[in-house]
Amino acid sequence: MPDLLLELFSEEIPARMQAKAAEDLRRMVTDRLVAEGLIYEGAKAFATPRRLALTVHGIPARQSDLKEERKGPRVGGPEAAIAGFLKATGLASLDQATIQRDPKKGDFYVALIEKPGRATLDVLADMLPVIIRTFPWPKSMRWGARSAKPGALQWVRPLHAIVASFGLETEQPDVVNFAIDGIAAGHTTFGHRFMAPNPISVRRFEDYEAKLLDAKVVLDPERRKDTILTDARQLAFAQGFELVEDQGLLDEVAGLVEWPVVAMGSFEPEFLAIPAEVIRATIRNNMKCFVVSQPKTGKLINKFILTANIEASDGGKAIVEGNERVIRARLSDAKFFYQSDLKIKLEDRLPKFDKIVFHEKLGTQGDRIRRIERLAVEIAPLVGADVEKVKRAAHLAKADLLTEVVGEFPELQGLMGKYYALAQGEDAAVAAASEEHYKPQGPNDRVPTDAVSVAVALADKIDTLVGFWAIDEKPTGSKDPYALRRAALGAIRLLVENQHRINLTRLFDSHAQAFKAGGAKMKWAGREVRDSSVNLLSFLADRLKVQLREQGARHDLVDAVFALEGQDDLLMVVRRVDALGKFLDTEDGKNLLAGTKRAANILRIEEKKDSKAYDGAPNASLYSLAEEKALAKAIDQVKAEASAAIAKEDFAGAMSAIAKLRPAVDAFFDKVKVNDDNPQVRENRLKLLNQIRAATRAVADFSKIQD
Amino acid sequence: MDSLPPAHMRPERSFQGLILTLQRYWADYGCVILQPYDMEVGAGTFHPATTLRALGPKPWNAAYVQPSRRPKDGCYGENPNRLQHYYQFQVILKPSPPDIQDLYLKSLAAIGVDSHLHDIRFVEDDWESPTLGAWGLGWECWCDGMEVSQFTYFQQVAGVECAPVAGELTYGLERLAMYVQGVDRVYDLNFNGHDGAERVSYGDVFLQAEQEFSRHNFEYSDAEMLFKQFAMAEEACKKYLEAGWKSGSNRKEHLMALPAYDQCIKASHVFNLLDARGVISVTERQSYIMRVRELAKACGEAWVHTEAGGAA
Repeated sequence: MPDLLLELFSEEIPARMQAKAAEDLRRMVTDRLVAEGLIYEGAKAFATPRRLALTVHGIPARQSDLKEERKGPRVGGPEAAIAGFLKATGLASLDQATIQRDPKKGDFYVALIEKPGRATLDVLADMLPVIIRTFPWPKSMRWGARSAKPGALQWVRPLHAIVASFGLETEQPDVVNFAIDGIAAGHTTFGHRFMAPNPISVRRFEDYEAKLLDAKVVLDPERRKDTILTDARQLAFAQGFELVEDQGLLDEVAGLVEWPVVAMGSFEPEFLAIPAEVIRATIRNNMKCFVVSQPKTGKLINKFILTANIEASDGGKAIVEGNERVIRARLSDAKFFYQSDLKIKLEDRLPKFDKIVFHEKLGTQGDRIRRIERLAVEIAPLVGADVEKVKRAAHLAKADLLTEVVGEFPELQGLMGKYYALAQGEDAAVAAASEEHYKPQGPNDRVPTDAVSVAVALADKIDTLVGFWAIDEKPTGSKDPYALRRAALGAIRLLVENQHRINLTRLFDSHAQAFKAGGAKMKWAGREVRDSSVNLLSFLADRLKVQLREQGARHDLVDAVFALEGQDDLLMVVRRVDALGKFLDTEDGKNLLAGTKRAANILRIEEKKDSKAYDGAPNASLYSLAEEKALAKAIDQVKAEASAAIAKEDFAGAMSAIAKLRPAVDAFFDKVKVNDDNPQVRENRLKLLNQIRAATRAVADFSKIQD
Repeated sequence: MDSLPPAHMRPERSFQGLILTLQRYWADYGCVILQPYDMEVGAGTFHPATTLRALGPKPWNAAYVQPSRRPKDGCYGENPNRLQHYYQFQVILKPSPPDIQDLYLKSLAAIGVDSHLHDIRFVEDDWESPTLGAWGLGWECWCDGMEVSQFTYFQQVAGVECAPVAGELTYGLERLAMYVQGVDRVYDLNFNGHDGAERVSYGDVFLQAEQEFSRHNFEYSDAEMLFKQFAMAEEACKKYLEAGWKSGSNRKEHLMALPAYDQCIKASHVFNLLDARGVISVTERQSYIMRVRELAKACGEAWVHTEAGGAA
């Protein structure tokens, strides 16, 4: 079956857009083909800085013919309906329609429409211009004289040529006949901008890829990456060094060249006095070059690796020299920034933060730093941190945001703060907190463990959460502009992974005082609490569920534990969930859950029926059956044992205690009829059922557990 | 060029030789070679030959050197590449010709940048000027890792859609000269291409100015006066715009877009001076930028109702 070759040749496409554009092209063309009934065998798309290319192989040469029956109006129906039917079906007169008998509703017309399949070449000629015109570039533009006209073609950068050919391997393929804004599809493309700029005539994919390679264009980005990586490793290795690998940079560099030529250059060793991260950011961000390290120590050496787009006439000498010159200038700038930063103490930068708005309703950055400082001091004893160190760390943690180096390389925030803090003689834990308090940034980021960092990191995240909750800027759906979900997950991980116990509502409530925005209060677990604090806690519970689900743990149990009042110590919640999960995996657990649910269901139905709650204590004198008495006795015993275990935070012990209920519950349901004819006995039995529910609530609300 | 220019005019030896070579190249292409605009501007784009002429349907090809002032970038002459006053070479081609990239590469060849010896790259850089209400897509042009030009297809200027689109090329002349002359410090550039006692360096011409203006921009500029000047320029711009509508034209014909735009340029530069002086807070900063943009947009609106900016 025939193949399609499509190439869209343009001026330089931004590197970051190429991979998605290739994938979009593949998806749009193949989706359209399938929608047209043309099932293909395979497709692959490619991108270079100057072209998007697509090969689709094994497409049928024609669509199959379609036969369709369309039901029309009834015989003798209104003229307008008949005229509409003829128009819609393309029949010349009713003679071409058949009549279908229907004794009940009356006879009606049926049109048999035969739609002969079109040649794929024609289908392509219709669909490709539409795809090109509706291509989803993140940003597109107009150009040239035609841009004055309405409806001018938009592309990521000016589009110059289109190759579109379709045909069998054994024959000369046809050009798909279409033109957009004066660019006619053909079989001509161009090679490397400098090394092979002449037109090339191509027919099919194999021939296209090979001819491009001759014309110094490596079509496949994976192959370009492979070349760059292999050559870069080799160059470093040959001199006894090691390439510092960087996938993001590799992807970008491969999108900047059609013919990668890797070379190594060097810079003055005295620049190595600048922190390694600053050197790397300078060379990476500004120059798109790799850095090189000493294999044994992992320390950077004064070398870098560049990727040029050309085999230069002097073997690349001028290119290396030129890059070295630029790197020298950039590193001089970086060194200058770094050294000027060192001249100003971190605390002396703080007054400027009062001029920077953090959020119009939440004050300045200066306000935020003061709030974090206060909160960190409140948290310090709860996580076993030295209060003075925490105070100092929180005071300085954000100061590097106004340094020159961070201004230039925002990704170095925190890290530079650490360097500057150490340079001005701060305590190591205080300095470390500058970097660590931003962590963890996501589910895979490392969680700080040093108590000083933990206190500041928690304060940073809780200040954000409480603040945005106070002004009612919560995440909705996919919108989370202030990254509050990430902050919540960070707080959870800091607490749970470091096994710190903090009653969060109390902390939220006290920190809410730091904001002007107040909020309504509510009763929660016997205390007066801001409803926003409880609401925020349930947001954390949701985040915890998401995290447990991602870890493959039972997330539904989180609800069962949170449904108990006063659960705002996340570490305890996680431990209860853990113990509960293990218990429910046992035979006893499963049966007790079933028994408890049965009790709860009966209660729910009867309470609804009678419009009253059976929550009083049962009357022992009304027990008539042995199973009733046994259950009552078991409940009393289990309650006492479970509470004692809970008091010791022995959740596994509490579960084993609860497990002892199981035989009594099973026997009760086996032998006892709850809805006794005697209303007093019935009420007493319902109260007993309620006692089961109450007893299990020592560990969780079983009704929230999914079966 | 037909014959080799004399040594002192060669771009790799002479800063002015580089400028003259570029002028010659674009003159040969058919551009009008303008002289710098006689006002302080932040970039060559501010010249009305770009900002205003980019608007409207009439073809326009021009090239010129524009001294550009970036008060904040002053380094008291101590930084080897950063200047508060430098030269841009600006080319504007409307509509953007189909071979504009080739034209640009040939201009590099004219000043001695051989594309078979050097690594020339077009690296994504979308351009936006919040003060001018302008944006476009294009690239930074790199030569061996150094950014030597900006290349932009204007999509919108002064809040008006460009129809047709103009192509703008901006050469950073000092950087380019440093590259072709092979010097690491801007002040070491040979300015006039002569040697020995005849030699004049970039430092001879500009070092003192860099020191003095840095002092002025950061420490001594009269903020109170500048605040007043900003307000005055803003008011004058609005006044001229209002007065410029030809009577009886029902706001269809404007007669004073250029003088109004001068006041917009003035306001923009005064704002840059105030910003460098550190007397504008972050929140105020945004509102000043918005105010200049409003002026620029109103000027653009007026310009498209003038002879040169209107329908062909």
